[in-house]
Amino acid sequence: MLKDEDRIFTNLYNDLGPDILSAQKRGDWVNTNEIIKKGKEWIINEIKSSELRGRGGAGFPTGLKWSFAPKEVGSRPHYLVINADESEPGTCKDRDILRFEPHKLIEGCLLAAYAVNANKCYIYIRGEYFNEGNKLQKAINEAYEKKLIGINACNSGWDFDIYIHYGAGAYICGEETALLESLEGKKGQPRLKPPFPALIGLYGCPTIINNVETIAVVPTILRKGAKWFASIGKQKNTGTKIYCISGNVNNPCNVEEEMGIPLKELIEKHAGGVIGGWENLQAVIPGGSSMPLLPKKICETIKMDFDSLVEHKSGLGTAGIVVINKDQDIIKCMARIARFYKHESCGQCTPCREGAGWMWRMLERMAKGEASRDEVDMLMDVTKQIEGHTICAFGEGSAWPVQGLLRHFKKEVAKRNNFNPLVNTNKNIPYLVDQHLLEK
Amino acid sequence: MSLKKISKEQPSDFEFSKKNLEEARKIIKNYPEGKQQSAVMPLLYLAQKQNDNWIPLVAMKYIAKFLKMPYIKVYEVATFYSMFNLSPVGKYFLQICTTTPCMIRGAYDIVNVCKEKISDKEKQLSKDKICSWMEVECLGACINAPMMQINDDYYEDLDRDKTEKIINQILNGEKLIPGSYRGRKNSEPENNRKTLLNIKNA
Repeated sequence: MLKDEDRIFTNLYNDLGPDILSAQKRGDWVNTNEIIKKGKEWIINEIKSSELRGRGGAGFPTGLKWSFAPKEVGSRPHYLVINADESEPGTCKDRDILRFEPHKLIEGCLLAAYAVNANKCYIYIRGEYFNEGNKLQKAINEAYEKKLIGINACNSGWDFDIYIHYGAGAYICGEETALLESLEGKKGQPRLKPPFPALIGLYGCPTIINNVETIAVVPTILRKGAKWFASIGKQKNTGTKIYCISGNVNNPCNVEEEMGIPLKELIEKHAGGVIGGWENLQAVIPGGSSMPLLPKKICETIKMDFDSLVEHKSGLGTAGIVVINKDQDIIKCMARIARFYKHESCGQCTPCREGAGWMWRMLERMAKGEASRDEVDMLMDVTKQIEGHTICAFGEGSAWPVQGLLRHFKKEVAKRNNFNPLVNTNKNIPYLVDQHLLEK
Repeated sequence: MSLKKISKEQPSDFEFSKKNLEEARKIIKNYPEGKQQSAVMPLLYLAQKQNDNWIPLVAMKYIAKFLKMPYIKVYEVATFYSMFNLSPVGKYFLQICTTTPCMIRGAYDIVNVCKEKISDKEKQLSKDKICSWMEVECLGACINAPMMQINDDYYEDLDRDKTEKIINQILNGEKLIPGSYRGRKNSEPENNRKTLLNIKNA
């Protein structure tokens, strides 16, 4: 277990209060201008050698991302955009940072913005987090009052402004280019990449987009040193991470732990175990709903980091762990996730727009045992037609959970849906009829 | 993609109140000059707040003029995002998260209570027109599942009885208390905390 002195988010449960005085007691905003004086190069190199990887899902090395921003500001200003559009089912870590550790985020924004030559930062918060946004705004006001941000922030000579922008209930706006579209006042539909936002982003200007948790750990890394951060976890998967453990556990919770902690330890120790005991475990979604589920057998030994999970054809994603026990119908659970993706598809690419609904309808019928034997394979085919054929990663996000179900629970799906297709027994039916619409 | 119903009954005019007009001008300044289109979402929120939590078509036209952008672009944004209500909702608007993490902890019990106490179908006003409810996708409070949002506040760690109690309070006009309904502190593991104990006990 991670030692308490190595924890970054010491106010995760709000024991101490989120205000600026309490935050300063915890070590935020202490000697910020000394860090800034060490220079942009030093900050980026320190983040690079800490091997910090983005906490928003994709796990892209943060230092590398920052180094893509042009070194000199040309005719176009640079922007820093913080992605606080946390909507991945199973994930609720950014919410606690926004409401209980806002100063870690604001200080991180200043340091990151300085490193990438940005004077303006937009924090894009999901619209439902209205209260969390208010709390963050309060913290921003405190920082302005103390001259920690604004003109000549922290006496460093750097001017820096932060603005909050609320989303309005669109999951897709968590995709970075959709987020930019939304910030520009359009509907949130992802852009084609390249060009990447680091060169052409918000208003066509160089823009660096990072997740809340990524930016909030930056000040602590720069204070305690890259070596300290890199010594936690394992190579290429360093540091600490907030895990959200929800679903059928006795004590659902958020907890900060080291990368690479065994999943079983997280569930048994911090979340109070699976409801009905470990033997009652059916499956775990390890990284938010987009990541394929893992059956109990893999859960026994799996470690929670980017690379270990990829080896088992899943992913760390946002580290939103959803525990599903044997009292639940696994097909129904996945059908509900498919319904989520059907609802949230932005409608730009045909495979995703049509496929997401198709998968949902098939899974709903499969949960009731109304699908024919052939459709189990057809469902797999649909997921393959979506995956990799869309502008953004939403296509993969909607296809992977279904693939995970078929990979590990195909027997159960097939057992429940094993009758012959109607067309095989009734020759009068025209071939291209939706079979589920026919009267039984 | 979500489909939205636009109210058949529309008011004939709309303009920002004096306070909101000031607020709107302030919001536009958050964005670079010439990029005032960025303010369309915050302005739609303002309009929604001013107009009993829904946005009429005239308000979209008004905002389009205000931001010097085509009306259809405002319409496009208002219909794309699910939090903009385009037809009237109750004074108390209950949104129940039913995505998988909430579902497996009993979110549909809450939905059933709403069906019994408020209206058979979602997005329908209750008999006294004070309440309406709808199922929504993940609200990002999965460890406090099942939960619902009433207007701006989250009500967490619910079950059937607790929801019934909350709805009764609404119907009787009593004050509601947001937060966890099991008395737990934020997102800590209830009665099972193993971390930061020094700070907790300090």
